[in-house]
Amino acid sequence: MLLRHTPKEIGERGALTINPAKTCQPIGAMYAALGIHGCLPHSHGSQGCCAYHRSTLTRHYKEPISAATSSFTEGSSVFGGQANLLQAIETIFTVYDPEVIAVHTTCLSETIGDDLPQIIDKADKAGKIPPGRRVIYANTPSYVGSHVTGFSNMVKGMAATANCTGKKNGKVNVIPGWVEPADMEEIKRLAALLEVEIILFPDTAGVLNGPLDGQFQMYPPGGVTMEELKSTGDSTGTLALGEWCSAEAARLLDTRCKVPCRVLEMPYGLKATDRFVDALRTIAGVSVGDEINHERGQLVDMISDMHQYFYHKQVALAGDPDQLIALCEFLVSLDMWPRHVVTGTPGRAFEERIKQITAGLPYQVNVKAGAGADLFLFHQWIKNQPVDLLIGNTYLKYIARDEDIPLVRFGFPILDRVGHQYFPSVGYKGGLRLLEKILGALLDRKDRDDPEQSFELVM
Amino acid sequence: MATKENGPPAWDPAGLKEEMLRQYPPKVARKRAKQMVINQDQPSGAPEIMANVRTIPGIITMRGCTYAGCKGVIMGPTRDIVNITHGPIGCGFYSWLTRRNQTDASAPGAENYMTYSFSTDMQDKDIIFGGEKKLEQAISEAYDLFHPKAIAVFATCPVGLIGDDIHAVAARMKKQFGDCNVFAFSCEGYKGVSQSAGHHIANNQVFRHVVGNNDEPKPGKFKICLLGEYNIGGDGFEIDRVLNKCGITNVATFSGNSSYDQFASAHTSDLNCVMCHRSINYVADMLETKYGVPWIKVNFIGAGATAKSLRKIAQYFDDPELTARVEAVIAEEMPAVEAVIAEVRPRTQGKTAVLFVGGPRAHHYQELFKEMGMRTVSAGYEFAHRDDYEGRQVIPNLTVDADSRNIEELEVEPDPQRYRARKAPEKIGELAQSGLPMKDYEGLIPDMEPGSMIIDDLNQYEAEKLVEMVKPDIFCAGIKEKFSVQKMGVPLKQLHSYDSGGPYAGFKGAVNFYREIDRLVNSKVWGYLKAPWQENPELSATYVWE
Repeated sequence: MLLRHTPKEIGERGALTINPAKTCQPIGAMYAALGIHGCLPHSHGSQGCCAYHRSTLTRHYKEPISAATSSFTEGSSVFGGQANLLQAIETIFTVYDPEVIAVHTTCLSETIGDDLPQIIDKADKAGKIPPGRRVIYANTPSYVGSHVTGFSNMVKGMAATANCTGKKNGKVNVIPGWVEPADMEEIKRLAALLEVEIILFPDTAGVLNGPLDGQFQMYPPGGVTMEELKSTGDSTGTLALGEWCSAEAARLLDTRCKVPCRVLEMPYGLKATDRFVDALRTIAGVSVGDEINHERGQLVDMISDMHQYFYHKQVALAGDPDQLIALCEFLVSLDMWPRHVVTGTPGRAFEERIKQITAGLPYQVNVKAGAGADLFLFHQWIKNQPVDLLIGNTYLKYIARDEDIPLVRFGFPILDRVGHQYFPSVGYKGGLRLLEKILGALLDRKDRDDPEQSFELVM
Repeated sequence: MATKENGPPAWDPAGLKEEMLRQYPPKVARKRAKQMVINQDQPSGAPEIMANVRTIPGIITMRGCTYAGCKGVIMGPTRDIVNITHGPIGCGFYSWLTRRNQTDASAPGAENYMTYSFSTDMQDKDIIFGGEKKLEQAISEAYDLFHPKAIAVFATCPVGLIGDDIHAVAARMKKQFGDCNVFAFSCEGYKGVSQSAGHHIANNQVFRHVVGNNDEPKPGKFKICLLGEYNIGGDGFEIDRVLNKCGITNVATFSGNSSYDQFASAHTSDLNCVMCHRSINYVADMLETKYGVPWIKVNFIGAGATAKSLRKIAQYFDDPELTARVEAVIAEEMPAVEAVIAEVRPRTQGKTAVLFVGGPRAHHYQELFKEMGMRTVSAGYEFAHRDDYEGRQVIPNLTVDADSRNIEELEVEPDPQRYRARKAPEKIGELAQSGLPMKDYEGLIPDMEPGSMIIDDLNQYEAEKLVEMVKPDIFCAGIKEKFSVQKMGVPLKQLHSYDSGGPYAGFKGAVNFYREIDRLVNSKVWGYLKAPWQENPELSATYVWE
């Protein structure tokens, strides 16, 4: 057994996290910053932070991840990291020539108390920032929240660059949250079908799912431009997808530039996508065309065709709050039963929303967020109440193998499979892909387990 | 092809160096220039290179941190120690199962905590009020849940800043438990200039807290320890297979496929064999001073190098039976190796490689490439020191700077009970006379051909220039470098964690490596980068539909 020391009996744990269902803020900030065109993310801390984040993102995307570091030493930890950041800004603009540097902090620079706006201002006054170039930033202390919080903070840092000219641009801001490049592409496609002009930020499509064609482009063609970000203050409204990932940035645009916002759940599955399309249509004052109705119908068709295999199957899920909320709702809409739900990201509202979604089930779902919500507890829950399917990141494969439960990989990080870069999970098309994956896992297992006499050709 | 076999390189090393430095701000260029040397035939020995110095802030470096070197590299592969990261969640998360160091925990009742990640997950209130209480409680909870032999605590950056005394907490808990060794590592990420500092901190603490704790003699006539072998992709399994076949007992590996008891018994061996000179040569020195066990440098990467290393071990023990057995094993293993060389060599002969890996691999793997008829035209280390480049004779002249001064050097004396000189000084002298000097390592540079380029702490910008100008057939580095190099149409083999596959050590490993490199440099995919219409953009005719 791979996790042979995990006991079935659940004891009290107040200080020891075992097998976390989250990681730290800066990696989220780095991922978000990669969704800006021509941007080099910069990690203001020790080299290891940057190396770890780049490695994890590289393994997840199988794409180059360029990011720089302040390379703190013991001296900078004592005297502060200002000299390192000033030198880094100069080195980066000279050697790597980005349009924008997106600096995020780490637990080290936050504990020291480095003042990013002051240091960036100093760099600017010293002429280290070439004309037309920008340095934006986010504070991302690793000891608060999770990688999701860091993502949200950097997206908020992007919104902070908005200009409010008072002259509306006629566009809708869409903040997609921490979704894959393929999902960003799908959201843009849906908006284009509705003929709604949107500014999507961040936007990693075209950045982290690039081609192999003999060229290394440090700044691939994708990403939201700084011009577009500036213009978000003049948009008609903002749709923020996901309370944890996107709401803060949307609210900032509302308070700073009076751009009204709506916070929706991420458009995974039928109902959440319905709400997204409906909101976009309402804000833009357009009608929904046949193509989207057709796609929706296809998703409903697949649910109906294969309902017998979904019906009352129990599922354990681990991941991030915004994704889990939408997924749980999707599963319940298929008559599947979420049983155990864990996220390491804190938020009481998460637990309440999951309970609300699962209120009609004949049992109380196990749900926990934040402190103590780790994959060790999740595994113990599964040992006590087995399930038919696991949904979550690659780390779940150790539980899947030990307990012999099929696993659908979803979330971050996925280190051992591909596809998430290229095929969306959001929207109706994404719903079809999720169903295909769930059915594949369940039916492969059925084919493996059915006795010979009842082995089925047609399913 | 950029180079012809045995001919001069088609690229000019001086021009490459100039091109790499051209874009840098003057201060950066001056520093980087000292970290790049062109190897020349010179009687005065290897040219001097600047190494183990700070990376310039803003540079996209390959390097990681001290915590990564300590918790990830050195302590990561030991299966039965509960490793608790004291800090915010990230460090423990990223070092969780990502290094491909395999372990064999199949014995009944064997413990294996390598699949787990343990952390105190420090929150802002712990940073403000101190994290010692939480750490103490976390250790206690780990003990109650698992009752392990040992619990190790690893400091992350903020721990050093807020001043948590992790060593005091560890000592207190050790005393309280009575049957569990608890010790801590001050491996904050900002210490030193690279992972190398973390290796040192890890090894010092293992030496101080674990080695020497079990005096019970292990069975076996020819007992060695293998130092600096991390069982990536199962390398250690293959080395152990070969050693077993020769009748040589490996008491402890530092630290691939290791257990607590192996470390505790390490002082009972009669010879230390050092694989990764960088991460552990000082432990070999300490084992000699304290316990009287001499050390030699070995290399099990490359079939020829493996045979040579086995012969060195046999020469040390000076036993006719062992010598005969080693020769018999080499004779038995080599035909399979030679058969594969003969098969792949027509496809690999004359191709070129560049190697930029942490420590010794940038040196060791040149053996494997040579066996395939491939040339290493440029190489360098990510975190090694001058002695790894130029040889151990430079050690007395190494400058101590603000960064290296912070890394503790243990003062070691002969152990009054356990010290036993394994060989008399005159015997050691005789071995040196007959070609087996103890504690000897000549470094990477003397092994490289004239005109090759040696670059310390290569970064992404320089790697791009290197690929453009040198056009190697294969680039060996790590995961962060992999895809930027491959986008340019050059395959990259990870030599830190091997991407996938392995082992590449020993005889079977050599065969695996030949096949892997053959697959990479001859993969059809490198011919697909341009679509037909990109190769012939001019329309010379149009179809006429009938």
